[in-house]
Amino acid sequence: MANLDFTRRGFGAALIAGAAGVALAGPAMALDLASARALINKAIGEVNTVINSGKSESAMFGDFERIFVRYADVSAIARSALGPAARSASASEMAAFTKAYQGYISRKYGRRFREFIGGKIEVVDAKPLKSYFEVISVAHLQGEAPFDLRWHVSNKSGRDLFFNIIIEGVNMLASEREEIGAMLKKRNGNLKALIGDLNAA
Amino acid sequence: MARSFPLNFRLPVKKTLAFSGLAVAVLGLAACAAPPPPATPYDPFESTNRSIHAFNLALDRNLVRPAAKGYGFLLPAPVRQGVSNVASNLDLPADMANGALQGNPKRVVQNGFRFLINSTIGVLGLFDPATPIGVPQDKTDFGETLHVWGVGEGPYVELPAFGPSTMRDAVGTAVDFALNPASVALQPPESTYATGFKIASKLGDRDRYSATVDSVLYDSADSYAQARLLYLQNRHFELGQTAESASGGDDFIDPYEE
Repeated sequence: MANLDFTRRGFGAALIAGAAGVALAGPAMALDLASARALINKAIGEVNTVINSGKSESAMFGDFERIFVRYADVSAIARSALGPAARSASASEMAAFTKAYQGYISRKYGRRFREFIGGKIEVVDAKPLKSYFEVISVAHLQGEAPFDLRWHVSNKSGRDLFFNIIIEGVNMLASEREEIGAMLKKRNGNLKALIGDLNAA
Repeated sequence: MARSFPLNFRLPVKKTLAFSGLAVAVLGLAACAAPPPPATPYDPFESTNRSIHAFNLALDRNLVRPAAKGYGFLLPAPVRQGVSNVASNLDLPADMANGALQGNPKRVVQNGFRFLINSTIGVLGLFDPATPIGVPQDKTDFGETLHVWGVGEGPYVELPAFGPSTMRDAVGTAVDFALNPASVALQPPESTYATGFKIASKLGDRDRYSATVDSVLYDSADSYAQARLLYLQNRHFELGQTAESASGGDDFIDPYEE
C-alpha cells in the first residue's frame, strides 16, 4: 500500500486548512482568545459563502485570492517560500514572483476547499511565541477526528496578518519552501521561467 | 465467524517471550530520553530511498490508486465506514499493549474500554458507539513505544509499499505487524478476514484523501522531498516533539528574521 501510512494522519484533510487560514488577521486588534475566535468565525463564514455561492471554480479562485491577500502577509510568505533565491532577486522580480505566487497558492489550496464544506474550526488558545503569536485551533470536519491547526500571526508588517499555518505539525511555509525550491531547481534557477509557470499552474 | 473473534485474543507464549526479550534488549541499549529530531532531515540513504519512492509511485499509480477508486465507487459510504471501524477496532489490543509498554495507563484503559464497547454494543467493531460517548481511539504504535524508551528516530527511510518512515519506526512497524495481538490470536479463516478488513480500510483511506494524496504524489515538483517533510513533521507532532514552547524544532519559521 504505497504511501498509505502517512496519508491517514497528518496531511489527510490538511491543506483544507488554507480555507480557515484566511481567517485570522483583519483589522488590528488585541489578539486575545475571544477576538481571535470572532475573527476566525467571521472569516470561515466568508469562505463558506464563497464555497456555497455556486460560482464556477475559477471564479471562486479569484475570491479566495482576495481573501488571502487581505488576511495573510503575502509578501512575507512569498519571500520565505522562495528561500535563498529571494536575496538575489531584484525588486521587480520579487513583485512579479509575489503576484504569481499568490494566484498559484489560491488555486492550489482553493481546489481543496470543497472538502471543508460542513466543517467547523474553533479557536481554543492563543499565546505569544517568540516574536509573534500562535493561535491554536481545532478543526472539526465531517467524519474526521478533530485535528490541530495553528496560525502564526505577526504585526511586523504594520498590521496583524498570518504568515504560516501548522496542520498537525506540518508547516505550510516549510512545505512551500521545499516545493518552490524544487520547482526553481528544475528550471535551473531561472526565476523568470518559474514565474511564468506559476502563472500558468 | 464461529468464535467471538475479537474478544478471544491471547498472546501465544513463545511470541510473548520473544517480545519481552526484545523489550529488554532495547531497554538495555536505550538512554532515558529520545534525542530531539534534527532540524533538517537526516537522510543518508537518500538515493536508495528515492529508488524505493519511484517504486512506490508506480505501485500507487498502477495498483493502489485504481483499486482505491474502484473500492470507493463500488461500496457505499456507510459500508466503507463499517470496514474502517472494524479495522481500527482490531488495532486496539495492540494500542493497549503498546500503551502498557509505554507505561501509559490512561492509554491502556481508554483503548481497552473502547475495545469492550465497540466489540459488543458495536457488533464486533462494525459500529463506533464509543466515540460519541467520549472514548475515541488513542492510536499508538511500537515506534512510539521505542521513542518513549529513548530510542532516537535514526535515518529517514522510505519502505516499499509502506511509504515514509524512519529506522526506528520501521522496526516499530515490523514489530506491530508481527506481534499485533489481534492477528496473533486469530486463526484462519478469521485472520484472513482481519487482514482483508485492514487492506480494505487502507484503500478506503487512499480514496478518501485522494485529492490531497494525489497532489502530493503527482503534482509536487519533488514528491519524495514533500512526502519526507510531511511524514517527519507530522510524526514529530504525534510524538510530542514539536516543542511548542522551546526554541526550535521544524515548526518555527520566522520570515521577518530571515
